[in-house]
Amino acid sequence: MSTVAIAAERLHVTRGGVEVLRGLSVALPAGRWTAVVGPNGAGKTTLLKTLASLLPYQGEVRLMERDARAWSARERARQLAWLGQNEGAAHDLLAHDVVMLGRLPHQSWLGAASAADRAAVEAAMRETQCWDWRGRALGSLSGGERQRVLLARALAVRAPLLLMDEPLANLDPPHQADWLRIVRAHVQRGGTAVTVLHEITMALHADDMLVMEGGVIVHQGACSQPATHRALERVFQGRISVHAIAGQWVALPNEYVTVAPAPDGARGNAVAGEILR
Amino acid sequence: MNHHGARAAVPVALALLALGLLLVAVGAAVGSAGWEPLWSADGTPASAVLWEIRLPRTLGAWLAGALLGLAGAVAQGIFRNPLADPYLLGSATGAGLGVALLLALMGVSPLAAAGWPGRLGLAGAGFAGAVLAVLLTLALAKGVQHTLRLLLAGVIVGMVLGAIASLVMFWVPAVLRAMQSFLLGTTGLLGWPSVSLLAVVLVAGLVASLAFSRSLDALSLGEDTAASLGVALAPVRAALIGVMALATGAAVAQVGLIAFVGLVAPHLVRAATRATARWLLPLSALTGGALLLAADVLARGLLAPQELPVGVLTAVLGGGYLLWLMHRRPA
Repeated sequence: MSTVAIAAERLHVTRGGVEVLRGLSVALPAGRWTAVVGPNGAGKTTLLKTLASLLPYQGEVRLMERDARAWSARERARQLAWLGQNEGAAHDLLAHDVVMLGRLPHQSWLGAASAADRAAVEAAMRETQCWDWRGRALGSLSGGERQRVLLARALAVRAPLLLMDEPLANLDPPHQADWLRIVRAHVQRGGTAVTVLHEITMALHADDMLVMEGGVIVHQGACSQPATHRALERVFQGRISVHAIAGQWVALPNEYVTVAPAPDGARGNAVAGEILR
Repeated sequence: MNHHGARAAVPVALALLALGLLLVAVGAAVGSAGWEPLWSADGTPASAVLWEIRLPRTLGAWLAGALLGLAGAVAQGIFRNPLADPYLLGSATGAGLGVALLLALMGVSPLAAAGWPGRLGLAGAGFAGAVLAVLLTLALAKGVQHTLRLLLAGVIVGMVLGAIASLVMFWVPAVLRAMQSFLLGTTGLLGWPSVSLLAVVLVAGLVASLAFSRSLDALSLGEDTAASLGVALAPVRAALIGVMALATGAAVAQVGLIAFVGLVAPHLVRAATRATARWLLPLSALTGGALLLAADVLARGLLAPQELPVGVLTAVLGGGYLLWLMHRRPA
């Protein structure tokens, strides 16, 4: 019986007048990597943000078996590192200064960076291979290079819990493979990773998968289980299917599937018709 | 390794300090007849003019510019927008309305208002108007949670208060002439009380904003990331908006609407050095001070004994710089 790193009970979250999460309960085991997947609008990012206490919510979030509201912001920041998508610009900050911000929860108010801070920053930057441009401004880096600096920023927190929303944005295939290795290393050190991923094939590298649709969780299970694959295929309306290739699970698109008229069937049919024409 | 930014920032800070001192010396030497010797024999009228008029005016111009530069850097930090300026939350039009109302009610022009009570009364009205306008903006935006709502509320307050100020000037045309010097920006009314007031506000503003400099850096990575790093967004934003409102209000109340200094000063600093907020804030203040004082010296010296409104000069120079920046950096 593994311990629970983060859990939610009867979670209701409303954004812009729309109820995005509708009474969701989930428990994510510590020491494992969980990938959150689902179609657009399923509530993946909202769930991740709520788990990170970044959104107001009804219900309960438990971080390390303790009510998230009972943690001080600083304590929580040491336990949980967040990497969001399309966030700040910070064009004028140097890469090194950006990564150093990850040490904020460890530093005293106005205190200077300690040797431990500098060591954590260097280790994180070397891990994501961005140490070489530590003296360059974030705005002068390419999208992929910037993403590696931001990933290093999240790693520099050295939090046991790492929450990442679309962390693969702008990364080229070799650096996507590096990212997999980084997350795996984090989990092997005893850490927990929760990621929202659109690339299902990358998500299938995780330990567990959380399949979401319409603001609820429709399946939670190991990525290697057939039941997980069937749940995936179901929420994507049969337009992808999971195959085993070269010892890995791979999600491939089914180009010629006609979608049965569902609530948004008109759009599905139009897409299918477009493909068939 | 941590001090890439700091290493570049220290020489810039020293250079800006030296420039400020040089400009103070020049400012003290430029009189109504152009260049005048700084050191005449003691007790002559020249030294009274120097001590009672030119020196407070020169120091006051530097201090007001420094406050605007600081407020601009804070504004661009909290709104995460390089085009944010200190007048964003309606403080400028609020100050304008305060001054217009006082002039209309008292029936005095600032130049006719003899002595400190008149001058300080106007400055007080301007300051109260600026702070009240920001409070109104905060009320309309229902707090500091949403920066976009704050920006919109600031625009609305600016427009409405500006319209009311125009109405006051329309009803009481006698106010118009006196208001003009305020709207164009003038350093002519600065005396020693103003200088000490501006200095106190500058020191307080610098200390308060530096206390939140880390949070400002974290904010540049996005509000979610900053919150995930333990930054308490609402109190930080409220404190920094307080700094911005007080700094802007104090400056505007003393020197009127000086255009572009608060917007351009942080840009100049960022062009020279990639500094974190810990350095960006004081460097922006030093730059703002040097900018406004340089513009003031030019405004006094260019057409001596005629004097240009200094706000016109900063608008022309600042606009020119932004135009150059725009063409140098293709979008």
